[in-house]
Amino acid sequence: MDGFHDLGGRQGFGTVEHTINTESYKPVFKEDWEHLGYSLLFLGVEHLKKFSVDEVRHAVERIEHRLQSATPYFERYVIATASLLVEHGVLTKQELNDALGAEFPLSSPARSKGRAAPQPNRPHFEVDDKVTVRDECVTGHIRVPAYCRGKTGVILHRTSAKWPFPDSIGHGHKDAVLQPTYHVQFTAQELWGSEADGGHVVVDLFESYLDKAEQETGVSDETGAPAANSQPQSVPA
Amino acid sequence: MNVKEFPPLPTSSRERAFALFDALKKKDLIPDGFIEEMTDLVANQYDPSNGARIVARAWTDPAFYERLMSDSIAAVVEMGYIGAQGEYPVPVVDTPTVKNVIVCSLCSCTNWPVLGLAPEWYKSFEFRARLVREGREVLQELGTELPPDMNVQVWDTTAESRYFVLPMRPAGSEGMTEEELRKLVTKDVLIGVALPNVA
Repeated sequence: MDGFHDLGGRQGFGTVEHTINTESYKPVFKEDWEHLGYSLLFLGVEHLKKFSVDEVRHAVERIEHRLQSATPYFERYVIATASLLVEHGVLTKQELNDALGAEFPLSSPARSKGRAAPQPNRPHFEVDDKVTVRDECVTGHIRVPAYCRGKTGVILHRTSAKWPFPDSIGHGHKDAVLQPTYHVQFTAQELWGSEADGGHVVVDLFESYLDKAEQETGVSDETGAPAANSQPQSVPA
Repeated sequence: MNVKEFPPLPTSSRERAFALFDALKKKDLIPDGFIEEMTDLVANQYDPSNGARIVARAWTDPAFYERLMSDSIAAVVEMGYIGAQGEYPVPVVDTPTVKNVIVCSLCSCTNWPVLGLAPEWYKSFEFRARLVREGREVLQELGTELPPDMNVQVWDTTAESRYFVLPMRPAGSEGMTEEELRKLVTKDVLIGVALPNVA
């Protein structure tokens, strides 16, 4: 979903309001209502078992942009949780309005029913493989930040665990396939062109978001042989 | 000009949060103690002192460091810091030429059991938008100047891996005990925006 939430690389924001090691992170919840953002979210996920954390992320993404930018972090999770409880039939909009004594703001309805994982049973990629992020526009939930769409990087790590495909489970599909994810390392130059400062960005991408990069001229290491060093130093197996 | 304004809401964030709570309570959907236990877990038990223990041990115990590199899940299980939003822990290791920094550009994903919940600034639009693109500049603004030959590597937390930074052990810490070393490993050091410093 190409929403407001996909902030990576957006320009025009000011300085981050922080100086290292200066503020106490305690109390963790600064106001007496903030804990409800998470504890009611987990009530819905773990106790009522009505929706997944992925659906919560998508419900936050669906909050109207001006409301999304105007409400504090923890309230976005209150709105998302309330919206999912209404969508899953646990509460009615009227019950929320009655409890508030005013109109309770909710996320906009989903504009997509989600999707199954493309090529769900493809062979795994290996460490050191060059991969390109599929250049897909997805109206529903997706865990690909737009800044790496269509970009090529190198795999540093394939996870030893698998998880449900977010574009499916984020819409409540019970049959979401399980996939490993890959830590894909992009050069800053690949992502940001001439403005790059020499660094890297690593994005954790589900298997179905990736394709093997097309062979480039002048690249001689595309032999198909397993990478000699399959355990990079910077990440565990 | 006909500009659509977002109407000011007649109620406060606090009133809306408690309205959701009240609506659920009225239907008897909140078990006794659920909110209190969840809140205690995320606000008190999940804490950056947990991550500091992992880092200080990795600095002083080569066998543990090897276990952390070869099977980080088992090593973090051994320390007791696996939990919600931290089930696939991944240490990212600083080197003389690479400074690792963590962000979640799409929301706020953080290794809760190891780092504690994300601080406000980490969840800010400014940090989410800028770190992936201007890492060095953001660190400088926050107060961390890097040597010119050290580049920033940003880890965007976009799936289930939950990162924490394993910084280089600073000069001047040679004689320190594990307990003294832990104090150098702050929440900001674990996120990667700060370097551990011997005062």
